[in-house]
Amino acid sequence: MIPALDTAGAQGRLAENVMHFARLLRAAGMRIGPDRVLDCVRALEIAGAERREDWYWTMSAVLLSREEQRPIFDQAFRIFWRDPNLTERMMQMLLPQTYGRAPKPEEQQSQRLTDALFSKSREEREDKIELDARLTFSSSEVLQRMDFDTMSSAELAEAKRMIAELRLPLPEIRTRRFEREPAGRRIDLRASLRESLREGGDVIPLVRAAPGRLHPPLVILCDISGSMNPYSRMFLHFMHAITNDRDRVSVFVFGTRLTNITRQLRHRDVDVAMAKVADAIRDWSGGTRIGACLREFNFKWARRVLGQNACVLLVSDGLDREAGEGLGEEMERLAKSCRYVVWMNPLLRYDKFEARPAGVRAMLPHVDLFLPVHNLKSLVELARVLDRPMLRKSEEIRAWR
Amino acid sequence: MPNPLPPSIDATQELLASADYVADRSLATALYLSLTMQRPLFLEGEAGVGKTEIAKVVSQSLGRELIRLQCYEGLDIAQAAYEWNYSRQMIEIRLAEAAGEKSKEKLGADIYSERFLVRRPLARALEGKPGAAPVLLIDELDRTDEPFEAYLLEVLSDWQITIPEIGTLAAKEPPIVVITSNRTREIHDAVKRRCFYYWVDYPDAARELEILRRKAPKAAGALSREVVAFVQRLRKADLFKLPGVAETIDWANCLVALDKIALDPETVNNTLGVLLKYRDDIERVSGEEATRLVAESKAAAAA
Repeated sequence: MIPALDTAGAQGRLAENVMHFARLLRAAGMRIGPDRVLDCVRALEIAGAERREDWYWTMSAVLLSREEQRPIFDQAFRIFWRDPNLTERMMQMLLPQTYGRAPKPEEQQSQRLTDALFSKSREEREDKIELDARLTFSSSEVLQRMDFDTMSSAELAEAKRMIAELRLPLPEIRTRRFEREPAGRRIDLRASLRESLREGGDVIPLVRAAPGRLHPPLVILCDISGSMNPYSRMFLHFMHAITNDRDRVSVFVFGTRLTNITRQLRHRDVDVAMAKVADAIRDWSGGTRIGACLREFNFKWARRVLGQNACVLLVSDGLDREAGEGLGEEMERLAKSCRYVVWMNPLLRYDKFEARPAGVRAMLPHVDLFLPVHNLKSLVELARVLDRPMLRKSEEIRAWR
Repeated sequence: MPNPLPPSIDATQELLASADYVADRSLATALYLSLTMQRPLFLEGEAGVGKTEIAKVVSQSLGRELIRLQCYEGLDIAQAAYEWNYSRQMIEIRLAEAAGEKSKEKLGADIYSERFLVRRPLARALEGKPGAAPVLLIDELDRTDEPFEAYLLEVLSDWQITIPEIGTLAAKEPPIVVITSNRTREIHDAVKRRCFYYWVDYPDAARELEILRRKAPKAAGALSREVVAFVQRLRKADLFKLPGVAETIDWANCLVALDKIALDPETVNNTLGVLLKYRDDIERVSGEEATRLVAESKAAAAA
């Protein structure tokens, strides 16, 4: 089953092979430290490896840290442990059926593995691999990479300067965790006793505590379709600034499909982060299917990122290719599963903008706050607006309906 | 009476089966590794697939004490790890005063001794004797917040708790730790790194039937087969919340209570609320769709 991997005899080979396997997974984007490689070698010794199945589940228990990584892990495992001679077997993975069977959401992940393997074998099989790698792209959508070169350098410098200063003071929410607070209602007995011992225990000064406050988790859903093109780049910088400014921020972009770019944006350096985002996004500046994308978000992500009173920031012009079909229900579901929904709309700068398009009409009833954002200045102004205490369904929205 | 740990993956699988938990080999492998290498087992999966049950079964079949820490928002050290017994400490201070004790250092040492320590689940889990370590179940870790996760790191990697006043409480024998998460929030990689990860998936038809045979023994064989076929089909539908194994068991018991020996569309429509917990999902399935699914399940169960 697993040739040339006899654990008793060739101890050195096993460790070496596991290391190479881990390197392959790492190159494909999984985060695996040397500690896990060591664990994995030990675990394989303990589990014994008479059966390929045990071998697989042992490695999966040690090396995986979320279920989404399984498709990559599966493919890598199939290729790597079929035969330890990696370079010869490299060609196996490029056979069409490996990808033909994969359902849509996994295409992107397969692409990552292709890239990881591809870069190692470049010298040997360059032309052939290149051809196959191209076939793994989805042909159903017009794929456009976003192009940061078109932003003039002056524009970019200005944007960066303003965004660096930008803070988003969303209202804080009360937690159930208590902090020291002179006017608090609860008494912190542990701290009181410690204080009293300092004075020799004669008097016990009461130390008070009150519930702490902190920012709720923030989820940003940003439209990157064609109609949003003039603004999307600016928003990406904005989202990068927020993501690095505070924790518990998740960022998704959507056009015809939904992409989670939180990890990419976490990179400190804005240029590196943008390059990674550009790699991840496959539907830049295409059509919009707001309803379908929100549905995907509700079904796949809402329960994972909207916990603990999250606040949703929806950035979109509300112009939907499918004329708002199914959008109302999905917006309702979104609004019901988070604390509040803020909609930032670049079209609001036109004084004559009315809630005419079907998409906009479907979304408005479920939005708590509707705000204009068409340039950096209005983003900065946004900070001021959001500083007010927030109530659901504030009066401004009613005026729009 | 504490039993020894299973010596192999096969033995682990038998152990789980002996306590009526029908596990496949992948779970047995992950559990065996975590028992042998003394690492926490991190279980993730949808609600109702039997994550918490695994910890219960392990504690029961190994004859160990089960210590459960249910996580919730705002969980802090005083409730999770340890607390000082303040009233007794205050009396101690007054007694020292009455006895004319003046030394602050001595008073401090007296007040902060282990006598006054109230141990909560995490601290109790570290008290296991060799060969009889308790099972520590940290349930729904995703419900608490990041600061608590960070606090867990010390416990999970070094099996000790640092108490500033007296030093560290270290475990002689590390507890068997099972952590569960419903994924309402991503758990930080630093926690996951210290654990063995296992995704608890919905069971396939054969395994689910076996689960029903053990957990709902009153249901007739034919009914069980139809129930499983129906639920398996339902899980392929485009629903907001798919029914878990717990729902299947509930439903089978519910049909038994209604004296049914086979599925019929009317009963299914009336009892759909046991399986599906969202109005949209129920609306989508009830009526024609349910009738179609019942017919399909009957055909599949008969085959």
